[in-house]
Amino acid sequence: MLALAAGMFALAPFMINAAPNEATMGLVYKIYFFHMPSAWMFMVAAITAGIASARFLFLKRPSADGWALAAGELAVVFGAFTLVTGPLWARKAWGVWWVWDARLTSSLMLFMIFVAYLLLRKYGGPGSDKLGAGMALFGMANVPFIYVSVNYWRTFHPLTSVVPTLPVEMGIPLWYCVTAFTLLFIVLLRMRTRLEHQRARVEALYLLEDES
Amino acid sequence: MMRAFFRVAWIVVKKDLTVEVRSLEILSTTIFFAVTVVLMFSFGLVVDGRPLNDVAAAILWVAIAFSGTLALGRTFERERHNDTLRALLLAPADRPALYVGKLAGILLLLALVQVVLVPLVGLLFGAPIFDHGVHLLALLAGGTLGFTAVGTLFAAMLVRARSRDVLLPIMLYPMTVPVMIAGVRGTAALFQPTPNLEATQFWIALLVFFDVVFVTLALWTFDPVMTD
Amino acid sequence: MRLRSLLLIACLAVMPMAAHAAAQPPPGDFVPVDETVPGEQIPALPLIAAAYGFIWVGVLGYVWSIGRRLQKVEAELADLESRGK
Repeated sequence: MLALAAGMFALAPFMINAAPNEATMGLVYKIYFFHMPSAWMFMVAAITAGIASARFLFLKRPSADGWALAAGELAVVFGAFTLVTGPLWARKAWGVWWVWDARLTSSLMLFMIFVAYLLLRKYGGPGSDKLGAGMALFGMANVPFIYVSVNYWRTFHPLTSVVPTLPVEMGIPLWYCVTAFTLLFIVLLRMRTRLEHQRARVEALYLLEDES
Repeated sequence: MMRAFFRVAWIVVKKDLTVEVRSLEILSTTIFFAVTVVLMFSFGLVVDGRPLNDVAAAILWVAIAFSGTLALGRTFERERHNDTLRALLLAPADRPALYVGKLAGILLLLALVQVVLVPLVGLLFGAPIFDHGVHLLALLAGGTLGFTAVGTLFAAMLVRARSRDVLLPIMLYPMTVPVMIAGVRGTAALFQPTPNLEATQFWIALLVFFDVVFVTLALWTFDPVMTD
Repeated sequence: MRLRSLLLIACLAVMPMAAHAAAQPPPGDFVPVDETVPGEQIPALPLIAAAYGFIWVGVLGYVWSIGRRLQKVEAELADLESRGK
């Protein structure tokens, strides 16, 4: 659990780090320091869930399922962070809560896929570990398609990126936040996977008890 | 070996056809449901007696998605009811061949539904469905195949799951968003006063690409996912 | 026990942030007018507070949720193992 402490401590002081860096663009751009790492971790979680699901399905590694479920849950958590902080920033920057731009809409769709994944795992009954794995795999394969179709959906000619390029002084707190979020992600993933694996052991023990 | 594969698929299709032809239950109810969907949406989207822009394309594809979901659910419900899916899986047949067989059957069903649906939409919204028939056919074929490929796998997966009625759309709709977008935008580009063929071709290409990737993925995952 | 040390570290982590926020001068005049929203002044502070607050609450809440579930499962595990012996 030392990793956990490291993760939390890394996260805390960076608030102090980011705050004094008063950008000339306005206070609200600070949201970006949390919004972007959240978005990255969302993607990382989604990919992890996809890879773990593939290993579970094709390599038949039972432990991979624990990783997949943990990563799926984290995808929903970090996805929620991204989708809440994004509009909060957009409200100030563009005057509206939501714009149907490619990035936001694609993220929303991927988020929906993982919420559906969690619903399936929770309510699908026995055997939903395999079903979920199939679904997570499809979800990961779908990411480029979602992005391309949403991108060209708006106009036939894709819009240029709405995220401004950052000046150098803002780079440092940003990378600090990315590192902190990455640490946080790893710690949470390990904790959540451990929970899943312990649960599997409990179930196995119950089965053993029933049989004897 | 390929011949055996297609023979198994064909047997599955024939079986489904035979059962369906007896009562025509799924076909007729799905067609009527699709028509209801079109009318329901028309009430919301036709303002002052004139349809909003691009509404014909949108309504067409929403009707395909909704009726497709129902058809998928009910086809597999029939399997579950008679426990025939387990029998099929126990048979010494190539598993992916079963998938292809079910897929072909449902595609046929949806094609028949669209034979009624597309002219209806053309009639109600004055959409030029015959002007670029080949393009429209390509869009419909590509889109329906993409939607059904994913849907058949998910519906088969869910046959023994709890809450399967609502889980199928929950899983299917977000996953097939690219198909819906491509279908609607492609059809809308085609129905415009001056059709944008370049755009339509782009969307057709995207659909073909999607279909290739996801049918392959479904063939790979059908076996491991359906094993107990 | 592990859960408690977890929560303690989390609280310690939050404190520097709270202290810093309290020490900051009110934003007032040093937030420039955002030129992409002509003529409309949307106060930025509530938005930022909501954004960061949401993430902090989310992270802490999730950590707490995992900790609670982990405690339950490990208790069950210990119980099962002692029964098996």
